[in-house]
Amino acid sequence: MSEPLVIDVHGLTKNFGPKRVVDHFDIQVPKGAIYGFLGPNGSGKTTTIRMLCGLLTPDEGEGTCLGFDVRKQAEQIKEQVGYMTQKFSYYEDLSIRENLDFVARMYRLDRRKQRVDHALADLGLADRQKQLAGSLSGGWKQRLALAACLLHEPKLLLLDEPTAGVDPKARRDFWDEIRRLSAMGVTVLVSTHYMDEAVQCDFITYIAYGKKLIDGPSSKIPEMVGLETWRVEGPDLARLEDRLLKEPGVVQVARFGTVLHVSGTDKAALEATVERLKAEGTHRWSLQVAGLEEAFIYLMTGARDNFAGDSDDAGKPGQVAA
Amino acid sequence: MNLGFSLKRFGAVLYKEFIQMRRDRITFGMMIGLPIIQLFLFGFAINADPRNLPTLVEMGDNGPLSRAVIAGMQNSSYFAFKGAVSGIGEGEEALRRGEANFVVVIPEDFERDVVRGNKPEILVAADASDPSATGGAVAALSGIVNVAIGETLTGPLAQQAGSAPFSMVVHREYNPEGKTSTNIVPGLLAIILSMTMVMITAVAIVKETERGTMEMLIATPVKPLEVMLGKILPYVFVGYVQTAVFLAAASLVFGVPFEGSVWAFFLGFNLFIVVNLALGFLISTAAKSQMQAMQLSFFTILPSILLSGFMFPFAGMPGWAQFIGQAVPATHFLRVVRKVMLKGGEVADVTGELWALVAILLVISGIAMLRYRQTLD
Repeated sequence: MSEPLVIDVHGLTKNFGPKRVVDHFDIQVPKGAIYGFLGPNGSGKTTTIRMLCGLLTPDEGEGTCLGFDVRKQAEQIKEQVGYMTQKFSYYEDLSIRENLDFVARMYRLDRRKQRVDHALADLGLADRQKQLAGSLSGGWKQRLALAACLLHEPKLLLLDEPTAGVDPKARRDFWDEIRRLSAMGVTVLVSTHYMDEAVQCDFITYIAYGKKLIDGPSSKIPEMVGLETWRVEGPDLARLEDRLLKEPGVVQVARFGTVLHVSGTDKAALEATVERLKAEGTHRWSLQVAGLEEAFIYLMTGARDNFAGDSDDAGKPGQVAA
Repeated sequence: MNLGFSLKRFGAVLYKEFIQMRRDRITFGMMIGLPIIQLFLFGFAINADPRNLPTLVEMGDNGPLSRAVIAGMQNSSYFAFKGAVSGIGEGEEALRRGEANFVVVIPEDFERDVVRGNKPEILVAADASDPSATGGAVAALSGIVNVAIGETLTGPLAQQAGSAPFSMVVHREYNPEGKTSTNIVPGLLAIILSMTMVMITAVAIVKETERGTMEMLIATPVKPLEVMLGKILPYVFVGYVQTAVFLAAASLVFGVPFEGSVWAFFLGFNLFIVVNLALGFLISTAAKSQMQAMQLSFFTILPSILLSGFMFPFAGMPGWAQFIGQAVPATHFLRVVRKVMLKGGEVADVTGELWALVAILLVISGIAMLRYRQTLD
């Protein structure tokens, strides 16, 4: 990677009381990249993002964000970072314009009226600028939040599950905007639970129990996860799906239209199962290169929720990657 | 299908409610702990017929009859003699400063005049700015003195005892008509300001955290001090408006005088507002929701009403309750307001109260700042 690194941190660690929320986390984000941040609920994504933008001081670890020390130069980092929180965090009892104007004042921006007018026009909210932010729908709130955190033209955008609760059309528009910003040289770190969003990222890092398990360019992720996938066509796929899940070597069965993608990490066991079923002659089987979709479904479902204590389940992708 | 009332569903809601109640520690504590504390605190502390009121005496005559009168007053347990003054001027000063509730002046040659049948007068100057504190004692006065006389005037003087050999003249200082409104109205300012200032500040700050807007705020380059000052100052303004409205109403509607120094009032009032804002800020560091902030604020208001001397006489409370009362900001502001408005107090008369408010402010804001740092990370 010859591009300069916008985020370069090593060993970031944060404890809340006795609980270690983020455990020696490293990440290197090149300029202009869209970096996807994946992981189950409670895996430490939000805490990591908060440490990167100076809201929390790491207990251990060091590094730079936009060339500033994450421990000592939080003030400078805040000036150039746009942080979009998971929950809508603007004032519901202020109007759209008042919210934007307030944020502009927080960053002591020049040409404030002009910038706010411009943002309102971009949003397509110029004629509703006096409406209270609280009366907006989820999709519009999200667009307002994005506009507000872009007002000061940040070099780095940290988006914490920005599209939760937003309809698919609004999500697509949102991602068009993210890609446009990325093309202009803005670096984006985005956490998400949605597979169709993860697919759009240039890089992916996967975190569970505060530990990074996978990190790399999106194209390399299937290989890193190490899944082998078979494609099945034929009648009565629903029954076959139920049956397959009980067979040895089968970790995941995903349905894509009229075909099933059957994946597993133990190549030999999966092949043995497939051979046995092939002999029944009811379905057509073919080996196929595991794609990003299978890998993500595997990652997303493998580790369900880090608040629960069952580490054996959540640890699966980790064992795979190692 | 049963469309009626389901005990199981009802039970489930009940059970859920208890779980939530137990999880919400602060509210739970307030429901169980605070009522008990307050019941004991106020139940034992409040005394509407206060005894042992600090009294000073000017002994112009030191004969057995004079001493019998003083001893009778002391024995009644209403009056507690704290010392002697020389001259009524010194006595008036002590009343104004609030060091004594009564000054008793026994005139010179008192006993000789009694024997000669000249019917001398004993002057009792009472601080009537709080009528409920002094009223009981004043009412008991004539009975006390009659008993004392009956025991002392024996033998040839016994006939004098029957026909009131001297008279007790009670001067109600600062509130000659003993009007309750004159006492209550200035005190209300302390209560109104505590109530609104503490509650509004606490809720305003907690609202920011509860709605998640605090996270957005601290992600911008804004400094914590800028946020705090920016949030608190509007409420200082609210306090000014409240006080202005209050002063106008006190004067125009209730006819309460404003005798003393505007400066003394201004100093005390600003200090009191700041103390209340600091208290509200402290509450906001503990409360997790606006509801909790409201409840916590409410519980700081009760001592302001009951232990400050607003509703019940401060001097009538037992020592330990007075000690707690000293820690309540409203106690000191109440004294400032009464001294300045009713007794014509100057800055010099209220320095003690002002320093007490400064001390309370330092303690509260010290704790609040410590807690605030913790909540940032």
